[in-house]
Order: sequence, then C-alpha cells, then structure tokens
Amino acid sequence: MAVAYPIPHVSKQTVTNTSALLKFTILAVISAAAIASRLFAVIRHESIIHEFRATKVLAKDGFYEFWNWFDPTAWYPLGRVVGGTVYPGLMVTSGIIYNVLHWLNFPVDIRNVCVMLAPAFSGLTAIATYLFTCEMADESTGLLAAAFIGIVPGYISRSVAGSYDNEAIAIFLLMYTFYLWIRAVKQGSAFYGMLAAVFYGWMVAAWGGYVFITNMIPLHAFVLVLMGRFNHKIYISYSSWYVIGTLASMQVPFVGFLPVRTSEHMAALGVFGLLQLVAFVETVRKLVPGKQFQLLLRAFVIASFVIAFAVLVVLTSSGWIAPWTGRFYSLWDTGYAKIHIPIIASVSEHQPTAWPSFFFDLEMLIFLFPAGVYLCFRELRDEHVFIIIYAVLSSYFAGVMVRLMLVITPVVCVTAAMAFSKLLTTYLDPTVPEIDDDSASVTGDLAAEVDATINKTKTKKSAAVDTKKTVGAAAIKRGIYSLDTRFLVVLPLIGSLIMFVYHCTWVTSNAYSSPSVVLASRGADGSQHIIDDFREAYYWLRQNTKQDAVVMSWWDYGYQIAGMADRPTLVDNNTWNNTHIATVGKAMASNEAVAYPILRQHDVDYILVIFGGLLGYSGDDINKFLWMVRISQGVWPDEIQESNYFTNRGEYKVDAQASQTMKDSLMYKMSYYRFPELFGGGQAVDRVRNQVIPNTPIQLDTIEEAFTSENWIVRIYQVKKEDDLGRELPAASAFNAGQRLKKSKSAKSTNKKR
Amino acid sequence: MAVTKTPAKSTDTSASALQSSISTLVQNYRATTLTRTKLIDCFLLVLVVSGVLQFAYRILVTSYPFNAFLGSFGGTVGQFVLLAGLRAQTAPDTIGDFKGTSQERAFAEFCAASIVLHLFMYNFLG
Repeated sequence: MAVAYPIPHVSKQTVTNTSALLKFTILAVISAAAIASRLFAVIRHESIIHEFRATKVLAKDGFYEFWNWFDPTAWYPLGRVVGGTVYPGLMVTSGIIYNVLHWLNFPVDIRNVCVMLAPAFSGLTAIATYLFTCEMADESTGLLAAAFIGIVPGYISRSVAGSYDNEAIAIFLLMYTFYLWIRAVKQGSAFYGMLAAVFYGWMVAAWGGYVFITNMIPLHAFVLVLMGRFNHKIYISYSSWYVIGTLASMQVPFVGFLPVRTSEHMAALGVFGLLQLVAFVETVRKLVPGKQFQLLLRAFVIASFVIAFAVLVVLTSSGWIAPWTGRFYSLWDTGYAKIHIPIIASVSEHQPTAWPSFFFDLEMLIFLFPAGVYLCFRELRDEHVFIIIYAVLSSYFAGVMVRLMLVITPVVCVTAAMAFSKLLTTYLDPTVPEIDDDSASVTGDLAAEVDATINKTKTKKSAAVDTKKTVGAAAIKRGIYSLDTRFLVVLPLIGSLIMFVYHCTWVTSNAYSSPSVVLASRGADGSQHIIDDFREAYYWLRQNTKQDAVVMSWWDYGYQIAGMADRPTLVDNNTWNNTHIATVGKAMASNEAVAYPILRQHDVDYILVIFGGLLGYSGDDINKFLWMVRISQGVWPDEIQESNYFTNRGEYKVDAQASQTMKDSLMYKMSYYRFPELFGGGQAVDRVRNQVIPNTPIQLDTIEEAFTSENWIVRIYQVKKEDDLGRELPAASAFNAGQRLKKSKSAKSTNKKR
Repeated sequence: MAVTKTPAKSTDTSASALQSSISTLVQNYRATTLTRTKLIDCFLLVLVVSGVLQFAYRILVTSYPFNAFLGSFGGTVGQFVLLAGLRAQTAPDTIGDFKGTSQERAFAEFCAASIVLHLFMYNFLG
C-alpha cells in the first residue's frame, strides 16, 4: 500500500493502548475546558445567584418540607405552593449533590453547589455528547462533537456559572436520554430502554422542554416503522421506554396526569399502540402463510388505527383530553401568542430568532450542519434517521424561538463534528490508492502525458515502498493525493477550528458572562465601569424597609427581589397566574386615580421600576411597557386599550407628542419623575429612545419617590397611606404644595441618592 | 395471546379460506411454539384479562383514585410489553433480530426493567 507520508512503525497493541489513553485524556480535558470557560462571571464579578430559595429550603429542612413548602411571600397575597408549581428536578439534583458532598465530609455551602451546578453538568454534557456521537460515527468524531458542545456559545448562554436555571441540567439529560435510546434501539435492549426512561423521568422533573423528547422518540420509532424497518428491537426499546417513562413522568406533581390527558403526549401513546399492533401482526403472520389472511391482518391494523384515532378525536372534543396548549400553538403560528397569550410573547426569549444569532451562537458549525445531515442521509442507519429527524425539528423550533437555540445546539455539534471529521479523515488518510492503468491509457494525447507522469510516480512509488517507505513522502509531489493538496485542505480546517475557539471565548466572555444584575460597560479609554444599580437598590430595600413590605414590580424582577432583597413580591418569573400579572400591568398602565385603589387592595408598599433612559440601558420597563398594556388588555379590554398609548400617528413615543393616556400612566410618571431636572434646564434626552422629555414637572399625588439608584436604573416609590384627615390624596398634596411652594417635592424624598 | 385474539375479530367473516387459515394458525402455533414460549403466552393472556377488567372497572364503576388506576393499569400494560419483549427475544421465530443478546441477558434485562417499573408503579399507587 502506497502512502503519502511516512508512518512511524508502532505495534498494533501500542496504538490501541495509546489511543485509549488519549481518548480518556482528551475527554477529561474537554470537560475541564467546558467547565472553565463558564467561570468568567464568577471570576470577574463574584458568585451572584438569585432564585434559589427553594433549594435552600430543600437543603436545610429536607425533602418533605420542600415538597410541602408554601411560600407566602411570592405572588402576594396569594402565596405559592412551590412543590406543586415547580419542576423540582433542579432543586432535587443540587440537594442530592449537597447531601452527598456533606456525607463525604466536604462542608460546601448550598449556594456554591448551585453556582457550580451548571458548569459541572456541562462537563457531563460533553461526555454524553461524546457517547451519543460514538453511536453515530467513530470515536474521533465523538471527541470533536464533545469539544464543540463544550465551548459552543449557544449552550454556554444558558449554563454559565451562577445561572441556576432548569436548562443547566436539562441539556445533559436530553443528550443522555437520546444516547440511551439510540443504544436501546441498536441492541433491542429492555435494560437500556428502562435507563432511557429513568433519565427521561429525571428530565421531566427538570424542564418543561421534556415534551421535545416525548415527541422526538415516538417520531423516530414511527418513521422507522414507515420506512419498513420494524423489528422487535424497536418494539422492545420503545415499549419499555414508553411505559416506564410515562409512569416515571407522572410522579412529578407538576406534570401529574398530563401524560394521559393532553394532546402533546398523545403521539407517544399512539405510536405505542401502533407498535403493539404491528408486533402482534408480525407474530401472527409468521405462523400463517395464507394471502387472504395477510390482507385481513392489514385491514385489521388500519381499522384499529382509524378507531383509535376516532376515539382520540372524541375524547379531545369532549374535553377529557386537553387540546394543544397555547404555548404549542405559538410554535406553529408565530403570530398566535401576540394576539392570544401576550404573556408568552412578552418574553424576549420567545421571539423569533434573528439570522445573525445563528452565527453568533454556533459560528462555523452552522455551515457544517447541513453537510453533516447529508452524511447521515448517505449512511441512513436507524440512528442516522434519528439525527435527521432531530435536525429538521430543532431547526424549525430554533427559528421560531430564540430560547430554543438551546435545543438545536447539540445536534448541530454532532452533525458538524461528523462533517468535520469526515473531511479530516479523508485528507489525513495516508493511503494512496493504486491507479488503474487501463482506464488511464484509453484516453488520447493528454492522457499519454498524464500516463507518463503516473508511471513515473508509480515507479518512484514502488521504489519508495521498497526502501521501507522512508522516502514515501517525497515520492508524490503533486495531485489530489499529494501533500500540497492535503495541506491546502487541512490547514484552513485547522485555522477555522482555532477561529472557532477564539470566537467562542470572545462571545462567552463578552456576551454571556455578565450576571443579569451587574452590567459592565467600557469607557472611551477602554476602562471598565461596573454598573451595580440593581444590587444597590435591592440592598436598600433590604436595609430600609420593613420585613413584610410588599414590593410591586414587573414580573421579570420578582425572583431577584425575593432572593436579594428578601421582600414579598406580587408577581415573579414563574408566570403561572396570568390575571395577577395583568393586575400589575393594569396598575402600571393606568393613571394614579385608577391605580391607587389597586395598589392599596394588594397592600403594596413600594413600587420598583427599571429606567434606562439616563444610561441607555434598553431593557427597561418603558420598553416592556407595551407588553404590560397588552397583557392587562387581555383581561380588562374595556379599561385598557393598546391604541391609547400610541400617538395619533401610531408611534410609540415618550416625548412631548406622547398621548395623554401614556403621560398619565403610572409607569410613565414613575420613570420620568424629576428626570428633566437632571439636565438643569437643558434638553432632557432619553438615551434609550433618543427622545426629548418635556420639561413640565410631573406631579405625583399617591406615591412618593423613595429611592433612586446611582445611574437611575432602579427607581423605588413608596405608596402613600390614606390621608390622616380623610382628604383625597391629590387634594392633600395640592394643599401641601400650596403651603410650601418652594420646597415642594425634594423635601419628601429623604433617602434619595444622586 | 396470539391464538385468543384472532378468532374473536374474524368471526363475522365467513370465508372458508379464512376458516382454514385460522385452523392452520392454531395448528402451527401448537406445533412450532416452544413450551416456555407458551408459558410466556399464558402470562400475557392473564395480563390482558387483568388489564381489560381494570379498564372495564374504570369505565363502568369509577375512576376515583385515578392515580391508583393509572398506576395499576400502567403496571399491567408495562409488564405485558416487557414480557412480550422477552418473548420476542427468546422465541425462535424472532430471535434472528437479536444476534448479540444471549437468553440469559434477555431475562436479566427483563427482570431489571420490571423491578424499576414496579418501583414507579408502587410509588404512584398512593
């Protein structure tokens, strides 16, 4: 065999041993890199974490206390049964890790467990991806895939240290469940099917996205059956997975009976029934040869399928099986959520993905992705069908919602690794095939010339082989198998790998590693400014307000207020009660006269608004304001109308042209209260919206400013109690204003900081 | 299970060819099936009867402790499919699908999966 470059002589034993050691080391290093690249946030700032009170309860009081924990401070005045309204997987996982570490006499704090949970699990994800890819292709591809998923920004965005989120463990569980499922299908093993079911159960406990697995695996089985690939391996693996997995998923209180009562889970049940039928028919068919009988069996299958479908339709229309939920309609019809469930559309993560973010989050992998899928089509074993389905589904979902970029990332890594590894193995493979002389000599004059060179190289080559391949490299100088072509392909590949690493590190460090409560900006000279307004304000709340003072804010800040300021909140990030959120929206969107009774009825003591106009922080409440209007309009269409908040020309403006409803709304008043004073008579420019705020002072009658943070990002207002003399509050403040005209407002806000 | 279901569904068709093919089905089944496979089939039949009874109870009488019904019914169905899997792994006509799996391993896997199934089931019975 001719070679393009010399290969050192080593025994086969040494090669296997070394490659095993290398594989292990590389995988370990990849895991370490995956963990390390997620630590930017902790090293730069400090380990900031919020929303882990439930885990604290779990670690301190034990599992049963957590299960029955009623949190009276969330969703004030309703309170919240945490055990029944949360996916407990994340808390239970960190609780178990905490207890195991303590049992091993590592006295770690539960807080550190929570901070490091996401990086640790992404290390595991790299290993799971390696195993998964090894089922698809060879081990070197697996290593590449593991390296890709370890540092790809699309996954890092949800798993940096300190982001204590369901997704932190969910992607590991997703990949591992898929790996076990592929293994189960390949081996036809009830054991692996059972393991897949157990991990699926864990996934159900951890993340609402488990529905993706619930539909992905049945779809795979269904497609295999349609392709005529049914065998009893599929039967065993699917049946064991479905039955055990469904029972396991029903153990989670939040899921409960959903697996038998909602349309999202019906596909899995349907495929389960179909497989039973097909397996039964297969078994009977082997015993009877008659042709008519076979026909009858087929009719039997179709009839039962139709009957089952009819039963499903009847059950759905009679309401026993819930139809698809709004969240799923919004996946098919991207305009649906905006009209019917504004609360879902209001989350920025639920917006359709912009094209650049594919490149931003996946870099070159997104270009290799289609090539990898094509390679899957070329081989098309059962597991490749899985990859193809996964790729198609997840590319759709990733296009619909930014948040679901997370779901496409693993499959992109796997397929890109397949394509990349195919390229590398093709161009690094040292063997040069023998060229067939006959085919070369039949062509004309040109061929003769080529022939001559080929013969020359051939003689050289055989000489090279004779001299124990030592000069083999020198033998072939040009042509597709020679070294220059190889370098031409391999060097850019290596270059793009290096670029990929640079890109990933840069994105991670700049875009994904600032905890949402700390903002970092750079001055013109490159110096870094840390903007810490959020923590400043939460600390103020913690220190200066009563323990039971109720804070009202938009729901985005609920967990932060609860976790860092330790005060009861009206609404928080767990958005299960639309009406309550709409109430907050209504209070923010109405004028003071309407809002005040709402505030008093809910015992609100403080209102917290986020205002970015001074600094140019675009994620502030005025920009979210239209969603508050829309959500409350969904509940009170008579009182709140979105169109009232636009100018006559249909623009959303905050300057002098803003509509009267807009200017009267509590949110507008709280955001721009005393804002023009900062500019000392000059033009007060809102830097987010680039609009000039009118200079007329804003009059607040029912609330008063309590605190404004350094950069004005967080503004806190105190709700006044009813007037002692029984006057209306506007009358009282008018009276006060008449009394002391000069001092008017600044006297009231005692704790203000500028 | 293979024997019992087929006649029930095809009684309405009176084609003689069908009659004969059913009788060949029964004959072939008696002749070619191993005793241990027949044993598994008996167990499968028991599970089918049990599942049908439970479902009839749920429709006719009550579904009140719904979790208990789901737990036991799911357990019955689960045991059925695991057993059917074991049958496929050990019966001579389907064993060709499982080249790499030995009979002992098939049985061990069946036991492991059944244990986990029953753990979840008992936890759900309430």
